[in-house]
Amino acid sequence: MCGWRWGFMVKLRVSLLTGRTLEQGRGKEYGKLSEEYWRDVAVCEMDPEDMRVLEVKEGDGVKIKTDFGSVVVRAKESERAPHPKVVFIPYGPWANLLVNPRTQSSGMPTLKGIPAEVELAPGAEPQTLPKLLKEHYGRK
Amino acid sequence: MRAPTVTSVTCPVCGCLCDDLEVTVRDNRIVAVKNACAVSEAKFLSYHCHRQTTPLIRKDGQLKEASLEEAIQRSAQILTGASYPILYGWSNTSCEAIRVGVELAEEVGGIIDNTSTVCHGPSVLSIQDVGLASCTLGQLRHRADLVIYWGSNPWSSHPRHVERYTAFTDGRFQASTWRRYLARQDAAEAKKRVQRATVLASGKRVSVPPLVSRRLPPTMQRMERKMVVVDVRRTRSAEVADYFLQVEPNSDYELLQALRVLVMDGELDVEEVSGVPVEVLEEVADVMVNCSLGVLFFGVGLTMSQGKLRNVDAAISLVRDLNRRTKFLIMPMRGHFNVTGADTVFTWQTGYPYAVDLSHGYPQYNPGETSIVDILLRGEADASLVVASDPVAHLPRDAVKSLVGNPIIVIDPHVTATALMADVVIPSAFVGIEAPGTAYRMDHVPLPLKKLVEPPQGVLTDKEILQMILGQVRRLKGGVET
Repeated sequence: MCGWRWGFMVKLRVSLLTGRTLEQGRGKEYGKLSEEYWRDVAVCEMDPEDMRVLEVKEGDGVKIKTDFGSVVVRAKESERAPHPKVVFIPYGPWANLLVNPRTQSSGMPTLKGIPAEVELAPGAEPQTLPKLLKEHYGRK
Repeated sequence: MRAPTVTSVTCPVCGCLCDDLEVTVRDNRIVAVKNACAVSEAKFLSYHCHRQTTPLIRKDGQLKEASLEEAIQRSAQILTGASYPILYGWSNTSCEAIRVGVELAEEVGGIIDNTSTVCHGPSVLSIQDVGLASCTLGQLRHRADLVIYWGSNPWSSHPRHVERYTAFTDGRFQASTWRRYLARQDAAEAKKRVQRATVLASGKRVSVPPLVSRRLPPTMQRMERKMVVVDVRRTRSAEVADYFLQVEPNSDYELLQALRVLVMDGELDVEEVSGVPVEVLEEVADVMVNCSLGVLFFGVGLTMSQGKLRNVDAAISLVRDLNRRTKFLIMPMRGHFNVTGADTVFTWQTGYPYAVDLSHGYPQYNPGETSIVDILLRGEADASLVVASDPVAHLPRDAVKSLVGNPIIVIDPHVTATALMADVVIPSAFVGIEAPGTAYRMDHVPLPLKKLVEPPQGVLTDKEILQMILGQVRRLKGGVET
């Protein structure tokens, strides 16, 4: 069974980075409701070795959890490994469910280097933007 | 008949504001664009897709089509009825529209903030504390022989920055490093092929390269243009660079301070700093000191991680120290195409660049208190006007929850996550495509944005819509419209 050890789901403690990607930039120009935006932004780039430990394959749903929330996104093998225990999610509504909103009196929330846990989410796939908005903010 | 081509078009996407685009227009539709990056091309060729052209007002929980007059009236009612409204966004519109926005904020007595607050806001705070030795991008193109990108991935965020202003451009006194990059790529491909052959022959995994190479490549010692990337992960920009320094997440501050010590000929009694061996840092410091003109471009890798404005303090202080030994400059990599313009217009109008509280009848500025995320987390705002931005997609969840708990007015050409949650949506024309205007490049050079095609019937510019709301607000308040 994927991602299980001794009856427990394997979790990995990682540092979460969020940031811009070329695909995210292009996707937002195609439209926030476009297929391209959902496909390119609701993803998590992971180190191949970390994926092996979690028994996660390219395109599998993974659940990322921080002190501030959790979200399911698709796993994507990083093209620029190694970066063990560092995962990357492009800026967008999915990443923002996880980031630290506290600004430490600077006005700026912490969007990089957030402690997180990753685990395989068998059979799950990222919510589309309208579903995410409805579930978390109550309107569509 | 050949379709007309408009030359010297300024790109309304990122802070580079590339002004060498050539756009072909046929029957009021853009059919081709030359010299554009992938993001710019996507914007010019797809801007008309996923678009709302009729104003919307929320009635019985649903967004329903309405007339422009109704939408303006409802917006003015929301803003005049609120005691502490937020007017947010501004980085993707023209300086002319922003100027009207500041006037509206003053009229309704609200907070006006732009996307700097969740971008380079901490950089602005640091610059106000420490100062900034900077110049225009043209100077760097011709003269900089050491280009450092720190916490920035220009390949993704500013795709033509390296090509137009730094390593891959032929300046008057500095040659492009393009051929060197190609040679390095060829060598890397050959190495990969050998590794693959080894794996196939032996059946064993090949060990991965170390995070930080202990030797600087020979090209770093030459008296020619060099590019260095410092980042927490190996980005595409890192592959373009002559040298990549991988720093552990949340420890840029320590690395910057260590470099300051080395630049001032101090010694470090540790093996490594932030995951980088000290011997490597010593070599990097030597390269910095020995350049003729260096520049440090820093991105939100410094402002969004632990330390925030203090990271930028350290970066600016490093450049100040370097200026005792050589000539060095520093510049923030501003993201949205007119975020620099938003800061500039806010400063010109109120004295402060962002997070300006006008609720007392005069401007107050205290980021951390008067910035949008803090106000939303404290639950103080009771309405918002969002112009050319998408805070629902780009602010943390708790801030968004607070935002959507109160009426939202959206003025934007795109259908955004914020528009889906809004009470009033007023579609506007795309600045730089359907409307002219002025925008400021990241080095504070103002450039004109062109009107290339006509907007859809009935769709006005941000400036016109804001002027109409301002007029209606003044009528509702019983004042005199000017």
